[in-house]
Amino acid sequence: MTAASISLGTSVSSQSRFMQLALAAFLGIFVMGFVGFSHIDAVHNAAHDYRHSMAFPCH
Amino acid sequence: MNLFRNVVFIAAIAGLVAGVVLACMQAYATVPLILKAEVYEQAGGGHGHDHAAVPAATGTTAMSTAAPAEATAPAEDEGWAPADGFERFAFSVLANIVTGIGFALILVAVSEFAGGIGNWRQGVFWGLAGFAVFTLAPGLGLPPELPAMPAADLTERQIWWWATVAATAIGLGMIAFRKSLPLAILAVALIVAPHIVGAPQPGSYETAIPEGLHHQFVVAVTVTNLVFWLVLGAVVGVVRGRLTGTATNLRDSFA
Repeated sequence: MTAASISLGTSVSSQSRFMQLALAAFLGIFVMGFVGFSHIDAVHNAAHDYRHSMAFPCH
Repeated sequence: MNLFRNVVFIAAIAGLVAGVVLACMQAYATVPLILKAEVYEQAGGGHGHDHAAVPAATGTTAMSTAAPAEATAPAEDEGWAPADGFERFAFSVLANIVTGIGFALILVAVSEFAGGIGNWRQGVFWGLAGFAVFTLAPGLGLPPELPAMPAADLTERQIWWWATVAATAIGLGMIAFRKSLPLAILAVALIVAPHIVGAPQPGSYETAIPEGLHHQFVVAVTVTNLVFWLVLGAVVGVVRGRLTGTATNLRDSFA
């Protein structure tokens, strides 16, 4: 990050760094959203106690 | 994709450990209260439960006294549900681990933007932030609820939940990483805003659940989540420290 303005290589890698971290964060949001917030009945029933125990909006 | 791989690796270990810890705590602290509430739910014919409030559901609940899981989810329109006992417990553990890894991915990715979690003590503070963002802030407007408690429309509550999480996270980030007074004031406004708007509330608060049982549940949920986040942050700090050694940047580490 510190050398971002010096060479193209660092700048590209800082962009790829951002993309990789953003990808990881979105993967996490997707996983947690699917288990905790999906409206699919089977998913809701399987994780029912978990949703209540995490204070996720349920039912 | 070294960085991505390392983030996933750290998150998988931390999420697994913290998820198992949380599942154990839930088995003793929250699940027994949920099972108690389901007894009231059946006795009261499903007060306030969106789906159980349907008159047709009352007949099904009477039949399944031995199976609280089916009582919450009448079989006719609610699809598959795990059988009570081991199967139900096993799915809860699985949900804990999977979402633990999900939370860990978010925590590791966001903390990398801020330089990364260097050791277990930094991890504990990141964990506190995670607790504030994902438990404390949404829990103020939408307190943990037991089965059979009245609640507003599910989608509206989920939208409010996500908006509150996002606003609190951005607000905390602005306070922590921008050394500017106007931005800090804006951050406080951002954190407060969802609570001024207010969470969607049910039309009536009437419920068969005793106040004492609900209060106990709110405390149990909040405390178990606090421990979960502290463990998650600390384990991320330890694992990341092991991987990076002296390297300060995750990209330059072992992989």
